[in-house]
Amino acid sequence: MSGLLRLALKLLLSDRGKFVTLVIGITFSVFLMMLMTSMFFGIIEHSAANIINVGAKMWVMDPDVQTPQNSIPMPDYVLDAVRSIPGVEYAMPLYIGAGLVRLDNGTYQAATVVGLDDATLFGRPTLIKGNILDIYRNDAFIVVKDPSYAKLDSPKVGTTFEINDHRGIIAGIGRVSVGSLFGLPTLYTTYTRATQDLPSTRYLTSFILVQPKSDKDIPVIEAQAKKIGYLALTDKEFIARNDSFYEFQTALGTNILIMTLISFIVGLSIAGETFYMFVLDNLERFGALKAIGAKSSELVQMILFQSLVVGFLGFGLGVLLSSALVAFGKLRIPNYAAVITYQNLFMALVMVLIISVVSAYIGIRKVIRIDPFDVFRG
Amino acid sequence: MILTVQKVNKWFGEEPARTYALREVSFGVDFGEMLYIVGPSGSGKTTLLSVISGILRPNSGSVTVEGKDIWTLDTDALADFRLHGVGFVFQDYHLFPRLTTVENVAVPLILRRVPWEEGLQKSRKILEIVGLSGKGELPPQKLSGGEQQRVAIARAIVAEPDLLIFDEPTASLDGDTGRKILEFVKNHILNDRRAIIVVTHDDRIYEYASRIIHMEDGRITDHTGAGQ
Repeated sequence: MSGLLRLALKLLLSDRGKFVTLVIGITFSVFLMMLMTSMFFGIIEHSAANIINVGAKMWVMDPDVQTPQNSIPMPDYVLDAVRSIPGVEYAMPLYIGAGLVRLDNGTYQAATVVGLDDATLFGRPTLIKGNILDIYRNDAFIVVKDPSYAKLDSPKVGTTFEINDHRGIIAGIGRVSVGSLFGLPTLYTTYTRATQDLPSTRYLTSFILVQPKSDKDIPVIEAQAKKIGYLALTDKEFIARNDSFYEFQTALGTNILIMTLISFIVGLSIAGETFYMFVLDNLERFGALKAIGAKSSELVQMILFQSLVVGFLGFGLGVLLSSALVAFGKLRIPNYAAVITYQNLFMALVMVLIISVVSAYIGIRKVIRIDPFDVFRG
Repeated sequence: MILTVQKVNKWFGEEPARTYALREVSFGVDFGEMLYIVGPSGSGKTTLLSVISGILRPNSGSVTVEGKDIWTLDTDALADFRLHGVGFVFQDYHLFPRLTTVENVAVPLILRRVPWEEGLQKSRKILEIVGLSGKGELPPQKLSGGEQQRVAIARAIVAEPDLLIFDEPTASLDGDTGRKILEFVKNHILNDRRAIIVVTHDDRIYEYASRIIHMEDGRITDHTGAGQ
């Protein structure tokens, strides 16, 4: 480190009160920004759980469908129509619905039921207990072991239960990569059983899962599906559509954005004000440095370095605190939907850099204007 | 001649409210000389000091230091001139209270990009010269007024400038300490390769001057020799 920056660091660290206030201000701001954005990304990720867990390349659905939770059933002929589109390697139906499970103790628990194509079981969870072929046994279901699993009294293989007045038996226990958003336990079964056991509308197919022959066929499939009045999306497009729904068509995105901005403004205010006071306290010394021969660019370097040091320290502490809280939340609260991603880390870092640069700029303006002649005038 | 000042004028504001701080000021300073600039408050002493040290641009006239007209230099070159050519002892010292004494002395070296440890080592030697060995690790506020003045002198000479500028060096000191400081400066800091300009209105220290310039209303009114 150059002597100039070391001098800047010493000046910064030696004013402990202001240094601590600056770091706490930025830490608090980063903590809030990270929590807000991690909650947002967590909710968005969990809301797309079915898309991610099923893992199909393309999804065909009613054009009004926005999220995998709210499907509009399609008539059976759509499956045949999709299968006949050139470029479709194979296509299969998927049922997503809700069932009411009656537990042994007499209480009821709502559950998400996913009906997989009988022939291929495409989109099945990874089994951690049981045999996948047992899903073809009478009344068989596979339960997902996620934070909501306990809501079904943590059933074992062989546990029986009632679902919508039909008998059910746990044939296997599986796991998926992303838990559901609304904290409902998830049961997988065959498409046939799901559509038989659960009360349904006239049409049964929630989604049609499509595997295109190649990526070049995707636009063709999308166009052909549109011609018959349906919407075909790749998994990424469907996730983006789902994200967009939660971001813009619910108040969720706006509220999180407002809270994040407030956190940013709080951080900026504390850091800007304290840093300005720090510069004011040292103004005479900066003037003396200028008189002795420091160039304005060197003083700018020093101030920028000081503000970046507190910025990065606050960022590190804020990330540490928010990560600890998210980890604690995940341990203690089932389905705690918060996730720290590179995106929200990057977003918080950018905001901290803005806070640091703006705070430094406020001080720099003052320092650049100091006339070393004032040092002589006293 | 280390410094030549020729027909320097400095005014503030515009006509008709223009105030003249310096009027046609001319003088020279030789190596080995300790020149005092004296006069009542408002006579232009501090303005003159700022003009000759490259801090305040005059409206007309020239200031030549070691053959170079400093007011032809741009802002950065002027900063370099102050850093390499001039040592300052400010009236209020302007020491950094949160740095140690030795770090305060090293500030001009740090600005000259001398490595930190090397700068501190040299500064310790300079502190020995000014009689403050063993006090380098103390913060300046733990030192007496006279000792703080010596720290300021050590900071001014650590980069070995040819021209030293003292602004009211005894203003915050009692008479005895002030005399001791100036005696020390004359005997240990002044040499044949250096000149010192002292602005003061403390007549108790006139005896240490090689020459005295009297100022009034921005003009030089009198030149006198040592002790006169």
